[in-house]
Amino acid sequence: MRREPPQRLADYGPLFFPAGMLTVFFVVPFATMIAVSFFQREQGGFYTPAFVFDNYARFISLFFGKVLGFSLFLAVAVAIACVLIGIPFTYLLSRSARKIQIVWLVVLLSILSLSEVMIGFAWSTLFSRTAGITNLFVWLGLMAQAQALTPSFGAVMTAMTYQAFPYTVLVLYPALVRLDPTLTEAARTLGASPVKAFFTVVVPALRNTILATLIMVFIFALGSYLLPQLLGRPQHWTLSVLITDQAIYQSNMPFAAAMAVFLVLVSLALVGLALYAGQQRQAK
Amino acid sequence: MSGLNLNHVTKQFGNFTAVNDVNLSVPDGTFVCLLGPSGCGKTTLMRMIAGLDLPTGGSIELGGADITAVPTHKRDLGMVFQSLALFPHLTVGENIAYSLRIRGTPKDVQKKRVDELLAMIHLSGFADRSVAKLSGGQRQRVAIARALAISPKLFLLDEPLSALDAKLREAMQVELRQLQQRLGITTIVVTHDQREAMTMADTVVVMNGGEIRQAAAPVDIYRRPADSFVADFIGQTNLLPVAADSAGRASVLGEVVEGISLPAGAAKGMLSVRPEDVQLTAPGHGAIAGTVTFIRDLGGAIETFVEAGGTQVIAVSSPRNRPDVSVGQNVGIRLDPATSVVLAR
Repeated sequence: MRREPPQRLADYGPLFFPAGMLTVFFVVPFATMIAVSFFQREQGGFYTPAFVFDNYARFISLFFGKVLGFSLFLAVAVAIACVLIGIPFTYLLSRSARKIQIVWLVVLLSILSLSEVMIGFAWSTLFSRTAGITNLFVWLGLMAQAQALTPSFGAVMTAMTYQAFPYTVLVLYPALVRLDPTLTEAARTLGASPVKAFFTVVVPALRNTILATLIMVFIFALGSYLLPQLLGRPQHWTLSVLITDQAIYQSNMPFAAAMAVFLVLVSLALVGLALYAGQQRQAK
Repeated sequence: MSGLNLNHVTKQFGNFTAVNDVNLSVPDGTFVCLLGPSGCGKTTLMRMIAGLDLPTGGSIELGGADITAVPTHKRDLGMVFQSLALFPHLTVGENIAYSLRIRGTPKDVQKKRVDELLAMIHLSGFADRSVAKLSGGQRQRVAIARALAISPKLFLLDEPLSALDAKLREAMQVELRQLQQRLGITTIVVTHDQREAMTMADTVVVMNGGEIRQAAAPVDIYRRPADSFVADFIGQTNLLPVAADSAGRASVLGEVVEGISLPAGAAKGMLSVRPEDVQLTAPGHGAIAGTVTFIRDLGGAIETFVEAGGTQVIAVSSPRNRPDVSVGQNVGIRLDPATSVVLAR
């Protein structure tokens, strides 16, 4: 269906409400944050309006550079892990019986109802020495002695992947359901084994969806600050942890704001780069 | 024994039997059409030949080897799907070269073969186009070229022309048949369009209810249908009840028709008469009595609907021999025994 483009100002009416909400709850707070990031910090937790670059200057150090690097690495790793597990899982799900699909989707959606705190403590219990899954391995005879799996990088990765997985499946599911099943059948009649057909037909045909999923999980994981604290060592703390620390415990709002602005800019740049790369490949 | 052989092939989905004990032998280089109404099992039968579905009973042989349990990608075949299933992320050339790339054929050999196939389907110079930018007929041709890239032993097409408009479909039928004859490749087409089957096939296999009703040359299917289903499904036909009278002579709609005989021992049957074999004459003199109820002038042919003994009989005549009748007129119907077929009731 093709409709006329809006002619008069009133035709844009339906857009005013979301635009207003976006302005009040996103543009204004974000602008405030940008402004605060240039303010001068006073001793005792206050700050006065000014236009100084001190906050950004302090940020440019090896320590914060490493934290930023680790945050980006963790977000990328979680995004890749989610997509690597999510694509085969969702593919098999979309090819299974309707009843099975519904059960799985309900279970996955129920994960979304869990708060980050609950997920964090659940995994820290599961990975603990006293009550964790290693006790099960010992009972099964796979391990000699129960041991703590947290704090560790693996624990952080596992919990964050678990948390982002439902979103991954929800983004991939419609695309995989819509994917014509005769495409893989055609590949098989042309001599591709089922696995080869999956990698030469299903994955490339879903390239744009996969890119969108990677970006979504990346941004989602970049904001995570509770799970790294609960399940990781200090070297596994992300920039979001430091921002929270500065804003709430150190009462250094201008510095926290500067880091937040920087984080937003870096992630926007990365997303832009990914989209650009995707378009270049498509144009080719 | 070479060619394709189906021995007692059966496919059950739960309690439903989609294909029931099908036996069929397709000699090398022949063109076979599986024809039948939707749900008759023809597509399931083709999917089993392709290995996309496994039979629950029986065996399939190709070129003398049992391929019943061989996975699809190891069977030497090419298939065109109803949806065509062209890969949207690949260009025309890449689509055609897919089966060669999967087999690790060198790049230059791939390119040569793609150019050859593009020339064959009259699409030279289209290799770098996106498949989304092709017309329906061009997409059809690309799907055919892709299936033929490795020169398979067996060429399968599942309702390949159903998405095309009527004119293009007719043209493609002829083109497909000519291509098959030139390549001499064993070809099986699934279709529900009997015109398509008659145009292309050496052998038409009429299926219904998961079973083969008749497998024969198009003319034989038309002229000597095996049962009333085949007679009714292929072209238009008049199915008239035949009964033996006290003297054992066959009587149709109350009139004895000379030259027609019921099989020994049968008291009743069905007579299949093609509309073009029905002759309208003056009433009486041993002709079946009827009344004209409707006349349809289609330009190229004139169909006269006659009601006789509670049964509707259709007569088709060419404009040259326009019958001199009008609606409501009493007429006589004469049947040609040579072209009429008595079927079991």
